[in-house]
Amino acid sequence: MLELSNLDARYGAFQALFGVSMRVAAGEAVAVIGANGAGKTTLLRAISGLIPASGGTMTMEGHDLRTMPPHRIIETGIAHVPESRRLFPRLSIEDNMRMGAYLPTARAKFAERLDYVFALFPRLKERRQQLAGTLSGGEQQMCAIARALMSGPKLVLFDEPSMGLAPVVVAQVFDLVRRIRSEGYTVLIVEQNVAQVLKVVDRAYLLEVGKIKASGGAAELAASDEIRKAYMGL
Amino acid sequence: MDIFFLEALLNGVLLAGLLALLALGLNLVFGVIDVVWICYAELVMVGMYGIHYAYKGGMPFLVAMALGILLVALAAALLHILVIRPVLETPPINQLLVTGGVLFFLQAAATMAFGVEFRNLGISLGSFNLLDMSFSRSRILSFVVALLGMLVLWLFLKRTYLGTAIRAIAQDRQIMPLMGVDSKKIYLVTSTIGGGLAGLAAGLMVLNYDIYPQIGLQFGPLIFMICVLGGLGNMIGGFLAAFVISQFIAVGSSCFHTEWGYAVAFLFFMIAIFFRPQGLFGGKS
Repeated sequence: MLELSNLDARYGAFQALFGVSMRVAAGEAVAVIGANGAGKTTLLRAISGLIPASGGTMTMEGHDLRTMPPHRIIETGIAHVPESRRLFPRLSIEDNMRMGAYLPTARAKFAERLDYVFALFPRLKERRQQLAGTLSGGEQQMCAIARALMSGPKLVLFDEPSMGLAPVVVAQVFDLVRRIRSEGYTVLIVEQNVAQVLKVVDRAYLLEVGKIKASGGAAELAASDEIRKAYMGL
Repeated sequence: MDIFFLEALLNGVLLAGLLALLALGLNLVFGVIDVVWICYAELVMVGMYGIHYAYKGGMPFLVAMALGILLVALAAALLHILVIRPVLETPPINQLLVTGGVLFFLQAAATMAFGVEFRNLGISLGSFNLLDMSFSRSRILSFVVALLGMLVLWLFLKRTYLGTAIRAIAQDRQIMPLMGVDSKKIYLVTSTIGGGLAGLAAGLMVLNYDIYPQIGLQFGPLIFMICVLGGLGNMIGGFLAAFVISQFIAVGSSCFHTEWGYAVAFLFFMIAIFFRPQGLFGGKS
């Protein structure tokens, strides 16, 4: 579904990604794990076109993402749940959903998909007229995921969904990711919370200072001494 | 209550409708694009001349007004593409200066093209008398049309995808591509709507005021004062501030001398902004 090959990305003179190659097949859940500053967020931002890639190739079901203007990438079926959620705080939940369904093809299915995400997250339905900025952290994460689903994506990118949330809420957020998976969406998630995320995904890549250092099945990586020491504090 | 005082109060309300409409276009553009059009009142002036010549050329007033709205909307779109877009990523002072340059250009061009004479359409709708009070019908009409214009904009912003995107973009510019929104297009649409509002205001102003190349100097500072008092970029704040300011102008003019109305309003503005630098009603909303 998603294929990256030798992808480079940079912020000005600072290179953040070096020749990253990876693939995500339809129906899979894949994690990119790594420390703060390893380039995980940069990787997702490059896929969504928020920052331009400076080398390599990147395709989604055969569409070349590198030549596409950023606002058209969502049309290929990629939805991005950004780091720290980035809801529109002074818009109602429903208006946030409307923004998620901004594409003409999604507008036509707005009512249907709104019912769908409200069935997934009934708490959002109760508060549909409330401003998104007034929600709790966990509810905001629900809202951000629901907004991403409004475009009718095939692949959902999650950027550090557990960041900044209380430990009890973190567990709920990983449950949400698991549910999204079981709804049939393909998932690519970047996380620092390695122990938790490896329980949710099939495979993972380890990113260190902008390079893929290891990859493998989630259970295999979770059992690796190196990863347990460096990332799981065990 | 003194009947003349009441008349002044009500005239203040009527004036507020027009001023609120004028402030709305500027606030909309600032709220969305973060750019202050120093030449905003000059766009209104261009619209007034456009309507004047269309009407004098034999068109019915409503057609002339519609043309004026289109003319200013187009001018605003060009202003955005040719002047604002190239300096969008540069410091705000550059944006102020380039739109300031457009102000001088438009004033000079209007003086060259139309001369310095005061012009008017020669339309008089007469006045409406109630008790011992007298109100100009064109002011009442302007008030009603201005409110309707603002209501239509409000519904557009609340009920449509494009309107929702216009409200959203001011809250988080960077993630707009993730929603499939082309920010460049939203900026252009917003500028065009801002111009359309200025054009509508021009259509109401030609019924109430003479047209001359420097009319922007009469209204520009007033519009900026209202926007800042209401909280620059805060559309509701600007609406309310228009009512506050026009009361000072109307009552000030009635208590002292006409010329003092504006001075009283500015004095109030200076005191208010000293205590609430972010504006009476806070920042962007």
